[in-house]
Amino acid sequence: MTRSKSITSAAFPLRLVARLWGDRMSAVLTLVSIAILVALVPVFEWAILDAHWAVAAPADCRGGGACWAFIAAKLRLILFGLYPPEAQWRAILVIALILALVLLTLSPRLWGGRLMLVWSAGIAVMLVLMGGGIFGLSPVPTSKWGGLPVTLLLAVLSLGLAFPFAVILALGRRGSLPVVRGLSIFLIEIVRGLPLVGLLFVAAILLPLFLPADWTIDKLGRTLAALTVFAAAYLAEVIRGGLQGLPPGQVEAAQALGIPYWKAVWHIVLPQAIQKVIPPLTNTAIVMVKNTSLVLIVGVFDMLSAARSAATDPAWPAPSIEAYLFVAGIYFIICFGIARYSRHLETGIKSRSQS
Amino acid sequence: MMDHLKLTALLAPMASLLLATAAQAATTLETVKERGRLICGASQGTPGFGAPDGDGYWRGLDVETCRAVAVAVLGDKDAVDFVPLSGQQRIPALQTGEIDVLPRTLTWTLQRDANGINFTQPNYFEYTGFMMPKSLGIAKVEDMAGASVCVQTGSTTEVVVNDVSTKHQLDLQPVVFDNTSAARQAFFSGRCDALITDAGALASVRASMAKNPDDYIIFPATPYVDALTPAVRQGDDQWLDIVRWSIQALIAAENFGITQANAEEMLQSEDPRIARFLGTDPGNGTALGLKDDFAYQIIKALGNYGEMFDRNVGEHSPLKLERGYNALYKDGGLMFPLAFQ
Amino acid sequence: MLRTLWYSSRLRGWTAQIALLGGLACLLWWIGGNTIDNLAERGIRTGFGFLTRPARFPISETVVAYTPSDSFLWAYVVGVANTIWLSVITIGLATAGGLALALARLSAHPMLSRLAAAYVTVFRNIPLIVQLLFCYGVATSVFPAPRLALNPLPGVFLSLRGVYAPALTLGQGAGWVFALSALLAAAFALTARRWPANVPTAWRVTGASGLWVLASIVVWWLAGRPIGLESPVLTGLNFRGGSYLSPEFTAIIIGLSLYTAAFAGEIIRGGIEAVGKGQWEGGRALGLTERQIMFKVILPQALRIIVPPMTSQYLSTVKNTTLAVAVGYPELGLIVNTVINQTGQALESIMIMLGVFLTISLSVSLLMNWFNARIALVER
Repeated sequence: MTRSKSITSAAFPLRLVARLWGDRMSAVLTLVSIAILVALVPVFEWAILDAHWAVAAPADCRGGGACWAFIAAKLRLILFGLYPPEAQWRAILVIALILALVLLTLSPRLWGGRLMLVWSAGIAVMLVLMGGGIFGLSPVPTSKWGGLPVTLLLAVLSLGLAFPFAVILALGRRGSLPVVRGLSIFLIEIVRGLPLVGLLFVAAILLPLFLPADWTIDKLGRTLAALTVFAAAYLAEVIRGGLQGLPPGQVEAAQALGIPYWKAVWHIVLPQAIQKVIPPLTNTAIVMVKNTSLVLIVGVFDMLSAARSAATDPAWPAPSIEAYLFVAGIYFIICFGIARYSRHLETGIKSRSQS
Repeated sequence: MMDHLKLTALLAPMASLLLATAAQAATTLETVKERGRLICGASQGTPGFGAPDGDGYWRGLDVETCRAVAVAVLGDKDAVDFVPLSGQQRIPALQTGEIDVLPRTLTWTLQRDANGINFTQPNYFEYTGFMMPKSLGIAKVEDMAGASVCVQTGSTTEVVVNDVSTKHQLDLQPVVFDNTSAARQAFFSGRCDALITDAGALASVRASMAKNPDDYIIFPATPYVDALTPAVRQGDDQWLDIVRWSIQALIAAENFGITQANAEEMLQSEDPRIARFLGTDPGNGTALGLKDDFAYQIIKALGNYGEMFDRNVGEHSPLKLERGYNALYKDGGLMFPLAFQ
Repeated sequence: MLRTLWYSSRLRGWTAQIALLGGLACLLWWIGGNTIDNLAERGIRTGFGFLTRPARFPISETVVAYTPSDSFLWAYVVGVANTIWLSVITIGLATAGGLALALARLSAHPMLSRLAAAYVTVFRNIPLIVQLLFCYGVATSVFPAPRLALNPLPGVFLSLRGVYAPALTLGQGAGWVFALSALLAAAFALTARRWPANVPTAWRVTGASGLWVLASIVVWWLAGRPIGLESPVLTGLNFRGGSYLSPEFTAIIIGLSLYTAAFAGEIIRGGIEAVGKGQWEGGRALGLTERQIMFKVILPQALRIIVPPMTSQYLSTVKNTTLAVAVGYPELGLIVNTVINQTGQALESIMIMLGVFLTISLSVSLLMNWFNARIALVER
């Protein structure tokens, strides 16, 4: 709270000195900041200066520094899990496809029915690539899927599948039909009141009990169902926020023109409502990417589980910190990347609409 | 209309992949035959008993027990998928039909038997043990006062820790994990003084996870031996019989002296009991709903119980376990062949 | 006729809603039927009868008394108590941390605000469970074995087994000492007010509290020293006595608090920024210092904006405690896991878990709505 305005005219270095040491409060804050930075020095030493980047044998990794050589040795296991090595190019292709589609989707100019078609085609291609069994691709059961493709697929599929449900729930909650509204509120609030771990337990353990005895959905599918339900409730609240901000004149005008309800929703209401809530939508997407890591608790072999099992290799001395840091880094790049890119696009839209 | 089509296009491929609907109300045998694959539960990785190797191929004693069933039913030891399950998932997974057989990791207890699953035939007898670093200088339960013990939930060992602690007034401090590998990792990092589970798994953990296996000692936690037994779901007696007799075939073959190598020449055996066993004298297999030579096929593909034991956990493996309780009855063990007739 | 009926939107709405309700009822009927069939066919035991049976499994740390001979029901109560305990501590720490972060980010200090911004960016973009596993990895690999425990302060030991510190021991008559001491505190506070007006406040405070401490020590001595400190002692394999923080508890508290603080900080910052610039200017015109304006003018107003998002942040913190399952702290989720293993009654156990969380979520929501209504009324 040192908002001294008196020295703004001074030269930059002087100004900086004044802001850092100008009064007693700033001096204390500067000392605190320096103390924090000094405390980070050992971490820097451990992670960079003393680190082992490449070693001849795992045992050479002893001593003070981080053992990044472990990550190099286990890279395949962490990124792809138990996926057959000879089919690994398929998993890499799936990751590339997802990233390309996400980048496309983040630019609102391309939104529309065509993008949805691209997505459905893309997802079909991904599932074929991962699962194989046709076009001469060797079949890979879902129990062998693992690592980063599973993480990304769970995030993308849960969000994609949840979106239509979320729109319906949001419309229902905003609508005039009392039963539909009550039901929407009930569903949204129940799901939002439960921890995701609870939903995952239900999906992993109870869901088969709820279905006829001869239906079997594999574990990955059930986990996806739980994530979808969870995402739908949160997305619905975001979309509802957008609907609330919409002037009622829009819908009334559509009604006056005799445009059928669903057509009005698709062409008039949704595009505007969603445009209004792009930041919280991106936020929910990031939350879902992070949430996929919880599938570890029900034993789905995502990137985090793969890293954890890689860290149990006794040949390497206690590498769990390095493994988790590596996984944290990948999540950070994905989440921070999405946040940055969408903010970049957002400012682009704003400046264009203002000019 | 157009939009509706798009939505369908989006959902259809996922639905078809994730939702496989089997034929109406079939027996487990019919379901497995139609699927062409057997689905077995698996541990989250106990080398020697059940763990994928570097290429993702599942190996181990329990895994091969499942492969024996696959040979009996489908004639192919590789027609099996393994689903790794955590402690709390494995029984519901069996009951709800997600898996067809839950091999071994399960102690045969009255409560479990009474509650929705059926046990087939023990394939491993073992006591529950503690593993501790030798450096602590403790080699029996009575000296463990105040020790902290890493326990994985989903096992009978949680109760054993409590029983032992009460019985000897040890004030043991349990640290409970929901996941096998987390409990093991915590033990080796020094979080606990001891790790508790069945002694076979302890030997596996010691051989596969310890930097120096000789630094650790394993000793019994209780004087009691448990039967670790593959289980099937309740209500399908035919399937229970198939799994039971597939495992029995392994034990009986060792008793008869039939091995993977000599199985073919044993087909010429004059011994009527061996002839019935191998199916040259037909009747056994068809009674179970299988081919008559199912036992022969199992031995041809996998060998007998002794060979399986040696290969996975015995003298030809890193675990180097003694046969002990798992020797044939005539060698002083508990493995007893039933009559194949 | 039919055509007009069809186009009557009211009627159409009601028909659709009745159809929806009917469909829903059918769906529930179908699920219920399937479940009953499945349970019967698989021979799965059902019902809540198991709740009164002894649990027989140990729980590593509890805030309410528990022994393995207690019932399954009590084991659940222990799990709920642990969950609440974890939530309360995390919420306290994260709120304090969040406030510090928000103030740091809003400060004009170039280094501190950037450090705070970097912190928020890093911690918000990494999944909580990764952070928890990381914290636990650090807690169980950086520290030495109990026999080589670090001893930073007398009686405090840091090792792989967690933190051991001296604990208060309360003997016969400790309650009386506390009660008398409290009375003395009130008495000295009252007399200090009556001291001559020319005595500065700082003197009054130090004088009165010094006298109070002395008097309390005399009372303690006369009562036969019923309150003491018990230091942990290394006996056999582990430390005994003293107070104890396990690595699991420490890791989850630190991990959860660091993560939640990043979110709380952003909420508080948003609230503060939403208070109009005019309030600052008005405060300055009145000659208040910057700190006075922040704590007496801005924060109270920001609170009204902060409360709703903060409530949902607190609720997600309560829900996030379920991740403790990954590092082995026995909160409700881990207890449910264990009970499912011991009894096989997954349906009942999971329903209990969901019921507990719904109850917590809904009651906190109701409480916060009431609170919101109250602070909204104060608005002038």
